[in-house]
Amino acid sequence: MNRILLLLKNLILSTLLWSCRDDVELFLSEEIIELTPPEDTGGYKGFYLLNEGNMGSNKSTLDYYNFNTATYSRNIYAEKNPEVPKELGDVGNDVQIYGSKLYAVINVSNKIEVMDAQTAKRIGQIEIPNCRYIQFDGPYAYVTSYAGPVEINPDYTQLGFVAKVDTATLQVVDKCLVGFQPDELAITGGKIYVANSGGYMGAGSTDNYERTVSVIDIASFTEERRIDVEYNLHRIRADQRGNLWVSSRGDYKELPSRLFYIDTQKQMVTDTLDVPVSCCHMVGDSLYVCSVSWSYINYSNTITYAIVNTKTHKVITRNFINDGTEKEIEIPYGVMVHEASGDIFVSDAGNYVTPGMLYCFNRDGKKKWNVRTGDIPAHFALLK
Amino acid sequence: MNRIVLSLLLLLLGLPYYTEAQSKLDSVQHIIEVVITAPQSSSKAIIPAQQLEGEQLKALNSLSVADAIRYFAGVQIKDYGGVGGLKTVNVRSMGTNHMGVFYDGIQLGNAQNGQIDLGKFSLDNIESISLYNGQKSDIFQPARDYGSSGSIYLKFRRPHFTSDEKEHWKATFRTGSFDLLNPSVLYERKLTKNINASFNAEYIYSSGKYKFRYKRVLPSNGEVAYDTSAIRRNGDIHALRLESGLYGQMQDGHWELKAYYYDSERGIPGAIVNNRWMNSQRQWDTNFFIQGGWRKMVTERYDLMLKLKYANDEMRYLNPDTTLMFIDNTFLQQEAYASLAQKYQLTDWWDISFSSDLQWNWLRSNVAGLVYPTRRSTLVALASALDLGKFKSQASVLGTFINEKINSDNEQSASSAPNKEEITPAVFFSYAPFNNHNLTFRAFYKHIFRMPTFNDLYYTDIGNIKLEPEYTHQYNLGFKYLKNTMDRILAHWDIQMDVYYNEITNKIVAVPKGSGMYRWMMMNLGKVEIRGIDAVAATTFNLPYDILLNMKGTYTYQKAQDFTHRKNPELEKTTWGGQIPYIPWHSGSFTTTAVYRSWQFNYSFVYVGERYHNSANISENYEQPWYTNDMSVFKTLAINNWNLKMSLEVNNLLNQDYEVVLNYPMPKRNYRLTLTLEL
Repeated sequence: MNRILLLLKNLILSTLLWSCRDDVELFLSEEIIELTPPEDTGGYKGFYLLNEGNMGSNKSTLDYYNFNTATYSRNIYAEKNPEVPKELGDVGNDVQIYGSKLYAVINVSNKIEVMDAQTAKRIGQIEIPNCRYIQFDGPYAYVTSYAGPVEINPDYTQLGFVAKVDTATLQVVDKCLVGFQPDELAITGGKIYVANSGGYMGAGSTDNYERTVSVIDIASFTEERRIDVEYNLHRIRADQRGNLWVSSRGDYKELPSRLFYIDTQKQMVTDTLDVPVSCCHMVGDSLYVCSVSWSYINYSNTITYAIVNTKTHKVITRNFINDGTEKEIEIPYGVMVHEASGDIFVSDAGNYVTPGMLYCFNRDGKKKWNVRTGDIPAHFALLK
Repeated sequence: MNRIVLSLLLLLLGLPYYTEAQSKLDSVQHIIEVVITAPQSSSKAIIPAQQLEGEQLKALNSLSVADAIRYFAGVQIKDYGGVGGLKTVNVRSMGTNHMGVFYDGIQLGNAQNGQIDLGKFSLDNIESISLYNGQKSDIFQPARDYGSSGSIYLKFRRPHFTSDEKEHWKATFRTGSFDLLNPSVLYERKLTKNINASFNAEYIYSSGKYKFRYKRVLPSNGEVAYDTSAIRRNGDIHALRLESGLYGQMQDGHWELKAYYYDSERGIPGAIVNNRWMNSQRQWDTNFFIQGGWRKMVTERYDLMLKLKYANDEMRYLNPDTTLMFIDNTFLQQEAYASLAQKYQLTDWWDISFSSDLQWNWLRSNVAGLVYPTRRSTLVALASALDLGKFKSQASVLGTFINEKINSDNEQSASSAPNKEEITPAVFFSYAPFNNHNLTFRAFYKHIFRMPTFNDLYYTDIGNIKLEPEYTHQYNLGFKYLKNTMDRILAHWDIQMDVYYNEITNKIVAVPKGSGMYRWMMMNLGKVEIRGIDAVAATTFNLPYDILLNMKGTYTYQKAQDFTHRKNPELEKTTWGGQIPYIPWHSGSFTTTAVYRSWQFNYSFVYVGERYHNSANISENYEQPWYTNDMSVFKTLAINNWNLKMSLEVNNLLNQDYEVVLNYPMPKRNYRLTLTLEL
């Protein structure tokens, strides 16, 4: 009996002593090698890919593809910046390179992470609540945000704003109110064009979405005009002639997603294309568009990969991937075209909660390679 | 609503006085007739439950039912941390929606999202918690008791009086870490020879503040990469619970009538992510139910049982954060339920039963674009029980008939989900081969489903009315051996083990839909296969110097794999066969209690092994094991008629930083002091 007791005592004691779990290790990056590089790098070193990470997971991560070594490095931020608590953050929403800096807009973390473009080493952060997209002009960055000022009025719904940020000091120096829930912005001809979505307000009734593009004069940094487009705007890109291509998300019910053309001389919509848009990339006179639209008839997503000629306003193809891979991609969520080689990069966000996949296609739409990414691969930034 | 609830409660509370003044009884007579009670659990289940009761339950340092359930084999708890944090239970990896939770004999419903937050159920005055895999293998029960993949029965304390007792008082006060203030009072009274009443009130306040820490080291040299501590905020809770019951005995039967009211306000502390260390969302819950049961042996061979319930649950969710979408939503759910169960004894060894239940669920909400659904469920169960001495078996068939309607004032274009009919069987066997050894082998098979919830079917934008039910198939084989040798030091020991295979098909999963972020559609796409082992061993020692020592250990092994087909074969490779989120391969617990005269010492240990937070089992998704050591000491003092009990608990003794759910830090070491005074 005593032996049993002794055994028990030892068991309890050993449990107590052993109960000190290992320190949690930081994630290091992983390298995937020998992914066929572009035939002509066109002076670019590679690109960054920002993975959004599902909301609340704090799993926004940064990947980098090196054109010269044909190496894909997954999840490099934490390794480059081990001292940053809780790493890059929650829900990356945009990534851009301007000058020598890399800017990653991290929506739920309420910040823009500013890094050295060559090394991805952290320089600092810009604090903007509910920030969405970023563009640049001169010494300033312009960032859209959903979080406008609050008024003490129970029925007040919150306007969004564009923040003007000094890229040298990383301080917000001015704000300009725009419409509800502004998303992408484009800068051309001394003006900032902001696609207002009204995304927080339209769930019950389509009429509650925003349907305008705000035009901000850069010199005075004031909103001077609204251009009526369509409900629930999202993307806005300037073409080589300084005109704009704006997408609407539709209302997810009867109203489909569409692509609109704004003539900046006339400051109005002068053309509409029957092309739904989820993500797009402007290169030369071509706008590459991937879209996912839900059909309540067959309860599945319809996916298109279109190229629009921004000069002729013609849809050149509705299937720029044509080797069968297009049938496999679950949710195309980001697209980027490397002009010099014509390589097309399309990311698949899959089911949003597990890792996605990045595909590289040649200019003929044939798959060159694919590689696993982080969760929700979405935004690209080419590095010179 | 609140006023109605309170007046009903007052009415119930008033009952004792009405019964004393006989003349006033008439005015409430019809209530007693209509609303009735749960039976005693003189359960004839052929596969016994895993059970925690009485002192054993009190010894577990648990504040809520969820904390205590961790000590069962086969159970996984999702715990978002703190006194007010959401805690849901999942048995044998089948998902929380497949669990039935029964409070005093009648199931708690949540037609909206199918989740029962067991953190909301206080252990104060809970007499026993029983866990049945498959179902309670007792054929004399409502049809709804056949309707889940696993069931947890919570039983509230019943008044028991000796012949010369008239009333009992019990007052409890708990305090400790997180600014916990938790007074409770229980009053029990013998009204007549055959009727007892009880009333219980409990209040919980906690600021929910606790320190947590995130530390990461460099894999190369173990040097600290970052090490940050902060205080968990917006985890406060204020909750009031009132419960009252009437318990009656009659010739060859008994009845029970119960009212329950719970009102709470809590902060939702949210995920801790980079640059955001606090959230400000709030939630209010008001739950009320009144239920009754009546049971009688009508003839020697014929038994009858009636159960009725009405529940009203209101939930308000507020996001006051002005940088985010302003949300102020309220949801009102109502449920009405009636059940009639009959059992007939054909021969000494063969019983048959027939149960029929009717249930209505309603949901109303101010969410933009949400329809108002109504569900009528008709359940009929036919069951048979054979008792051939060494060999026992039970078989049941459940028919479920669902009828859905929506009130489309809110959304003209919507339509309701089609009606559904499901016939699902279950069979249970047990075999005790020896006369002189208490060894029982057991086996069961069960096929059942869960209905898509109202959110799955109708929630604005994500709901899909074409959803089919989600099915489970369970196969289980096990044994139990038990030995009592009262005169020896080793007074008792038992061991039981089950191996099982479960399959979930048509699993309802969220699938990304269309363009734009966070747009989903619920689809019947998933498939999960679960292979597992549950083992439990317990012993009792009578040691010298009057020391009584109890020990119990549980161990669970689960291989729960995701076999969901995906459109993208490259992506399918990342998740195919992966362990599903938050299910550890190995988990277990160990509890021990030593009693010496008026002293009691308890130690409990919970271990949850390595797991992944999603079914892509890659290093980014890896979660380290966690384990907590809890200890407590109890001292009982008897002063005249008074019985004073004091306990001091230390939880997470080793101050471990851990998370059960990604980015939801759990409390470090914490303390609790409890004083209980009984008269």
